[in-house]
Amino acid sequence: MNIHAKSVGAVRYVGSRQPRKEDGRLLTGRGQFTDDIRLPGMLHIAYVRSAAARGRIVSIDMDAAREMPGVHAIYTQADLAAVPVAMQTFFFTPIEAPVTLLADGRVACVGDPIAMVIADSRALAEDAASLVEVVIEEETPVVTIADAKTGPLVHPDRDDNISAEMGDEDTREAIQPLLDGCAHVVSTRIRHQRIAQSPMEGRACVASPEGAGEMTVWIGCQSPHLAARYIALVLGLPAEALRVIAKDVGGGFGLKNIPWREEVAVIVAAKLLGRPLKWIEDRFEALTASSHARDQDVSLTVGFDGEGHLQAAWCDYACNNGAWPMGEDANIAVHMFMWPAYKLPAYGFVTRGWYTNTMGLGAYRGPWAMESLVRETLLDKAARKIGIDPVELRRRNLVYLTDQPHTSTLGIPVTDITPGECLEKLVASIDLAAFRKEQVEARKQGRYLGIGIATYIEPTGAAGSMAPMTGETVHLRIEPTGKVVAMLSTHSQGHGTATTMAQVIAQQLGVAYEDVAVYEGDSAIGAFSPGAAGSRQGVIAGGATWRAAEMLADKVKVVAAHLSNASVEAITIQGGMVHVAGAPEMTRSLREIAEIAYGEPGRLPEGAATGLEAQYRYQPPPMTMTSAAHCCMVEVDAETGFVKILRWISSEDCGTVINPGVVEGQIAGGLAQAIGQVLLEDMPYDARGNPLAPTFKDYLMPAISDVPDFEYLHASTPSQTIGGMRGVGEGGCIIGPPTLVNAIADALSPFGEIEELVLPLTPARVLDVIEGRDISGTRAHLEGGASAAVEAVLPVEVAAPAAAGGIDGDWNMILKTPMGPQVMVAHFDTDGSAVSGYLEAPEGRQDFAGGTLSGRQVKFEMKVEKPMKITLKYDLLFDGDSMSGKCKMGMFGSAKVSGERA
Amino acid sequence: MSEHRIELTVNGHRHAALVEARTSLGEFLREELGYTGTHLACEHGVCGACTVMVDGVAMRSCLMLAVQANGGAVTTVEGLAEPDGTLHPVQQALKDNFGLQCGFCTPGVAITMAAVTRENEGAGAGQIEKALTAAMSGHICRCTGYQGIRRAIRQLAGATT
Ligand code: FES
Ligand code: FES
Repeated sequence: MNIHAKSVGAVRYVGSRQPRKEDGRLLTGRGQFTDDIRLPGMLHIAYVRSAAARGRIVSIDMDAAREMPGVHAIYTQADLAAVPVAMQTFFFTPIEAPVTLLADGRVACVGDPIAMVIADSRALAEDAASLVEVVIEEETPVVTIADAKTGPLVHPDRDDNISAEMGDEDTREAIQPLLDGCAHVVSTRIRHQRIAQSPMEGRACVASPEGAGEMTVWIGCQSPHLAARYIALVLGLPAEALRVIAKDVGGGFGLKNIPWREEVAVIVAAKLLGRPLKWIEDRFEALTASSHARDQDVSLTVGFDGEGHLQAAWCDYACNNGAWPMGEDANIAVHMFMWPAYKLPAYGFVTRGWYTNTMGLGAYRGPWAMESLVRETLLDKAARKIGIDPVELRRRNLVYLTDQPHTSTLGIPVTDITPGECLEKLVASIDLAAFRKEQVEARKQGRYLGIGIATYIEPTGAAGSMAPMTGETVHLRIEPTGKVVAMLSTHSQGHGTATTMAQVIAQQLGVAYEDVAVYEGDSAIGAFSPGAAGSRQGVIAGGATWRAAEMLADKVKVVAAHLSNASVEAITIQGGMVHVAGAPEMTRSLREIAEIAYGEPGRLPEGAATGLEAQYRYQPPPMTMTSAAHCCMVEVDAETGFVKILRWISSEDCGTVINPGVVEGQIAGGLAQAIGQVLLEDMPYDARGNPLAPTFKDYLMPAISDVPDFEYLHASTPSQTIGGMRGVGEGGCIIGPPTLVNAIADALSPFGEIEELVLPLTPARVLDVIEGRDISGTRAHLEGGASAAVEAVLPVEVAAPAAAGGIDGDWNMILKTPMGPQVMVAHFDTDGSAVSGYLEAPEGRQDFAGGTLSGRQVKFEMKVEKPMKITLKYDLLFDGDSMSGKCKMGMFGSAKVSGERA
Repeated sequence: MSEHRIELTVNGHRHAALVEARTSLGEFLREELGYTGTHLACEHGVCGACTVMVDGVAMRSCLMLAVQANGGAVTTVEGLAEPDGTLHPVQQALKDNFGLQCGFCTPGVAITMAAVTRENEGAGAGQIEKALTAAMSGHICRCTGYQGIRRAIRQLAGATT
């Protein structure tokens, strides 16, 4: 009889600071990063890159490099083209720019890869790469958004330099009268610098051809499953021929969402050469030739009534996409998520991405973060202008729990967000009045203190509305030894998913945390998931493990009940022991039950499967919202412009907290990146398109001395998912920037407003405000460049009669949606001025009727259910065998349509 | 390229090798000897990820040539823990305080902390905390926001007094 049985209580692992499972290997130098992989016969790659931002490749002289001993091959695009590749976005839609793995006749940015050298060692490959002579006929590059509007075409075969466009200029006319009627109208403009995501481990890839057409790939990624699916799709490989492994990855932050040109080129080259190949990006490449982020120019105008209630807002957003973005992007999410936490009755916007001759853009932690930065800094500006406390201004406009369900102007429903509640909790924890008093006293001594507050919500754990954003699979088993093994689709680039998932399993199954082993980071285990993308793993994989552990516990209970002749309700599992209520002598270890389940099927209940396994794939609600309010206090040195952060308090609601150490680590990491964005980091380009921060001596990463101690308040309102978690991976990087900017603006308020926020706020730019003149030279620089900024001249429409055949029949049509271009066949039948027909895409065919034809113009409507219920309103102009126009897509604004007769 | 024969110990093990003059110590440790715990993150002396101890002193192995370590005693992150697996106090402190996430910067952080705590053995808590914090300003961590590293520093300072 086990007399200790009763003393073993259920352990609440969820919510406790369990030490991380990952740390043992990472602290002792036994991690497995991509550069740690070495294979027999493996060769090394170095890229030859363009030193010119734009031009035609006249010649590539590889003779000297080829003669170097140890060089095995030098490939250009002409060689790689033997394997057809069609690069795609994270959403598995085509990249619109004519991107090839290596430059194809032209270069479009400094760092464009032109050739790859394959040699015995990395050093030899680099030596040889430096001997490759590339002659480029240089052309004047298009560097800024202003350049893009007036300059030559970045991609000569496209109509203009607009890479993506949504929203509608027309809404400006609808919003303007509302603004005209407002008691207060406040405007702001933000120029967000270009960011280099800078994970400490740069990009890395090892590709090893195996067997007949099979390939094993080790790669720095954010999900081996997504990487495998992506590589298989762009190379047209059967997915079963490919295995992707990524045990340890030194940070991703969005940069490693998808494999990009260099990594795919490694795989293609390994196929061509039939040898294992390794490419390890160096820091110079990482800073100048890895995809960048942000680089935006945004203007927002907001109207308030006399009491500070929001009335209407208009936003004009532009984003420099560079030459080869990982997906053309107008960042519709900025507009979707700007206002759902606030009661704003009317909103309009136009949003565009622009091609330039700079490195292409990728994702970075909270890619839509501009919505919080522009809104929250404007609200503080408005509070100063209206003469109202910034907290009070937010209270009058925030959507509290009592206001929900609430639907935003753009149709985003919220049912359980708590930004107001987080704000109240935050305000209750700080003595605002005391700070204001101290601020007044300090000013008398020439010391400038400031306090900044910001609130926000964040969509996390998205599933079901975009191709890659799906559920998570867990396969869980109790081994015959009684130990628990979980096979997961999760991936950690520091997220600690092996830790948090083991905590959930240990608690829900009733075993010791130490007895749970989690395997992840390999496309051969688990099932498709995008891994670390969109703050989703804690929410979705957490829910999947939660339920799978319950299912497995149920199975153990059924077996134990049968063995003990007891009812299932009488069985409990605690501390790895299986108890029978009222019969302590019947207590068995999980190991005993497992041995029977695997080895003595005759003792199992009739019909029960042998073994102790459970598998579950969790599809959560489409979106789970996280809320937060942050406060930061700073002191600005009026002599030097130096900003010192004194205190930072985070009040967030990420639902059930699995491990506070992990959650706080995510918030802190995001906040440090926020501090970097506001004060330090910058990847500027000169007029010739040269990136100016190619080392960590130029690109200033936040150091320990730049980051204060963070304080945390957790609200923990359970979400509607299994387990009640809400995502927390990106939040700090979204709410951090406005919190800090607001604190600095508050400190500077005796001197004036930061009229136009140009980031980073370097000491010199802070002095611009303090001294009221252009000390930093920022104005002179911007105005020098801006003088050339003229709105793009739209191509003049040539009126031509519709072709003799009219519009009847099939047309190949392209709709530029926010998730990338959608290709379809449009069929029209006209009957006088009535038009009917159908649109057919790979996903299916949909009919329409009730359209109208007037002259060359056709208008029709179509209701769609996915990704959400909206009515698409097409307005098309036909011109001979081509057509163009737009499609109004409800909250998504307008998308461009173009097409040709099939 | 000139080649040189060097001898050194790494974590107490003797190694002899022929190296090119230009090979950095970090590259040599990783590529030739297989001590892949040492990470190269910038290869230009700013980030600190590559830090190893040479004769007890923390050095950036991306800036030091392998030939310069000839005759020296090198300690890498693989050599910090006791042979029985007991973590070095700095490793334990980093673990206790969530001082790492992706772990790429961690080997350098741990080595510098070990070197600095040793240099300051017997000093007061304030001095140890100051020395460790100052040394950490030479390390870049993109993941943690330095919160756990700072808590680990406080734990080490408290534990050593
Ligand atoms: S790799 Fe040596 S300091 Fe960065
Ligand atoms: S833990 Fe990832 S860089 Fe420090």
